[in-house]
Amino acid sequence: MSTSTASTSTSTAIHLAGISKTFSTSSGDVVALDDIDLDIPQGAFVSLLGPSGCGKSTLLRVIGDLVTPTAGTVQVAGTSAAEARRTRQYGMAFQAPGLMDWRTVRRNVELPLQVQGVGRAERRQRADEMLELVKLTQFADHRPRQLSGGMQQRVAIARALAMQPRVLLMDEPLGALDEMNREHLQRELLRIWRATGTTVVFVTHSIPEAVFLSTEVVVMSPRPGRIASRIPVDLPYPRTDETRLTDEFQAAERHVRERLHAVLEPSTAGL
Amino acid sequence: MAAIRTAPRPSATAAPQAAPPSPARARRGRPQHLGRVLRDLGTAALVIAAALLAWEGYKALGQATGDLVPLTSVPLPVATDDAAMPHVWQVLAALAGPASTASDQTLLAYYLQQTSVTLREAAYGLALGAVVGVLLALLMRQLPWLGRASMPWLVVSQTIPLVALAPIVVVWIGGAGFPSWVAVTVISAYLAFFPVTLNTATGLLSADATHVELMRSVAASPLQTLLLVRVPAAVPSFFTGLRLAATASVVGAVVGELSAGAGLGIGRAILTAAYYYSLAPANLYAAVLVASLAGVVFVQVIALAERLVLSKREN
Ligand SMILES: Nc1ncnc2c1ncn2[C@@H]1O[C@H](COP(=O)(O)OP(=O)(O)OP(=O)(O)O)[C@@H](O)[C@H]1O
Ligand SMILES: [Mg+2]
Repeated sequence: MSTSTASTSTSTAIHLAGISKTFSTSSGDVVALDDIDLDIPQGAFVSLLGPSGCGKSTLLRVIGDLVTPTAGTVQVAGTSAAEARRTRQYGMAFQAPGLMDWRTVRRNVELPLQVQGVGRAERRQRADEMLELVKLTQFADHRPRQLSGGMQQRVAIARALAMQPRVLLMDEPLGALDEMNREHLQRELLRIWRATGTTVVFVTHSIPEAVFLSTEVVVMSPRPGRIASRIPVDLPYPRTDETRLTDEFQAAERHVRERLHAVLEPSTAGL
Repeated sequence: MAAIRTAPRPSATAAPQAAPPSPARARRGRPQHLGRVLRDLGTAALVIAAALLAWEGYKALGQATGDLVPLTSVPLPVATDDAAMPHVWQVLAALAGPASTASDQTLLAYYLQQTSVTLREAAYGLALGAVVGVLLALLMRQLPWLGRASMPWLVVSQTIPLVALAPIVVVWIGGAGFPSWVAVTVISAYLAFFPVTLNTATGLLSADATHVELMRSVAASPLQTLLLVRVPAAVPSFFTGLRLAATASVVGAVVGELSAGAGLGIGRAILTAAYYYSLAPANLYAAVLVASLAGVVFVQVIALAERLVLSKREN
C-alpha cells in the first residue's frame, strides 16, 4: 500500500534458509536448487529471473509447498509452507491458464472459494468482484475456450486472487502474451498488488517486465540453481508507461541485464 | 471432443477493454444436432440398401451358377435356395403376415413387442452396469492397490464365455425366487459394466496435471479433487464406455433370454424361430432383422444422449 518505493514494511513474509532440491531421475541426480537463502518482506513484489532450467519454477513450488525441498526450511508468515498452504495463504497462477472448460469463467474463479466452503451467494459475489478487477465482467458466463489467451490468463489471475491470498505465486503468467496485452496486464497486476498489499513472487524471462513490476529482482544462476544477485529496484510507484521511458528505468534495466549476462556467460562477465 | 485447450491464443488487438468473442466461436445450437441425426440416418439407410443389394446379388449369383463360384466347380460357402437364404421380400412378407395361425397380430408387431421387453432388460442392465462400472472405476482410482489387484479378475470375468456363464446366473437368480427378466438384466449388466469401468478409470487418470496441482495449491481434500477435477475430466471417456456398454447390454439381454428359456423377449422369439426354421425360414431372418435394427436404435439413443450432455457442458 506504500505510495513511494514499496517494501518499506519490515516484517518478513517469506523466509527461505538453506533450501536445496535434488531431483532423482533415471539419468542421475539433478540439483535444481543449491543452498538458497532468501528473505522476502511483507508486501514486496519480487521477480525471479534467470536462464532456463536454473530452478525458478522449482523455487516457486518450494515456497508454495508443491515441491518438498531436500534440505532447508521455508517459513511463510511465521509458519511452515505446508501450514500456509493448508490455511490457504497462497494464490497461484502458472504459465498455462489451466482453466476448466466444463465451468464458466465465473465458476472457474469461484473454484478456490468452493474448495474453501464459501457459500454460493458470497462465492459468486467475490468472483464477480475479481472479474471486475481484471475487467472481464461481461465474460462471466462464457466458457474459457471462448476467450483469447490473454483473457484466459486474466481469468487465471482472478482465480488466484479470489481467496485474497497473503502470498501470490506466479510462474510466467504473462509469458505467452503479445507485447501490448502483456504491458496492459503488467499495469493491472501492479494496480491489484497495490490495492491488496499481498506479497508477490513472480517468475519471468523478461528483464523489462521484472524491472517494471518489482521492488526487487532476484537473478538466479543455473547448475546448480543458486541466487546470483539481488537487485532492489528503487523506482517510485505508481509506475506507468512513462516510467519505462525514464533514464532511471533504463539504468535499472541495464543493471539487471548485466547481472543476467554475467550468469549466462561467466567468462565474459562485465563486458 | 471436450479437449481442454490450454494453448494460449493471444488476441490480435491490444484491447485493454475486452473485445467480444468472434462469431467463429459462437455456440453450436440444436439445428446442428438435428442435421447430424439426419445425416446419420441417411448413412444408415445407405448401409441397409447396400446390404440388401449384396444379399440379393449373392442369391441371384448362386441361383444362376447352381451354388458354384462362377467358372469354377468350387461351391459357394452358403447355399442360396429359399430355405437357406429367403428373398428380402419373403422376409418382409413374413413380417407383414400373422404372428401365428391363430393370431390377428402381425409378426412385426409381435417381434416389436418382444423387442421392447428385451430393450427394457437391456436398459436396466445398462443402467446397473453403468452404476457398477463407475463405482468400480472410482474405487480403483482412490485405492490403486485395489485397482491393480482386481484388474486381472475383471479381465477374466469378460473372457469367460457368456453362454457358459448365463445358465449359471439364471439358475442362481431363479433359485432366489426372482422372475427371469431379473436374471437377464444381471447378465446384460455383467457385459455392460466392463467398458464403463475401463473407460471411466482411464478418464479419471486423464485429469490435467495443472488442474490437480491447482487443487493442491488451495488445499483441496482428495474427495474435492476427485469430484471437482477428476470426475468432470472423466465424463467424455465415461460416455465412450457407455456407448460400448450399450451394444454389450443388448447382446447380453438377448443371450440372457436364450439361456433363461422361459419368459418373453426377442431372444426367446429368435430361439422359437430357429426351432421352426425348416417350416418358416423367413421368420428367423425377420426376428434377427428386428433385433439388429432395435439394437442400432438403442445404441443411437445413448450416442445422442452423449452428444447432448457433452455439448451442453461445452457451451
Ligand atoms: N519433477 C522433476 N523431475 C526431475 N527434474 C526436474 C523436475 N522439475 C524440475 N527438474 C529439473 O530441475 C531443474 C530446474 O527446473 P525448473 O523447472 O525449476 O527451471 P526453470 O528455471 O523454471 O526453467 P524455465 O525457465 O525453463 O521454466 C531443471 O534442470 C529441470 O530439468
Ligand atoms: Mg519454469
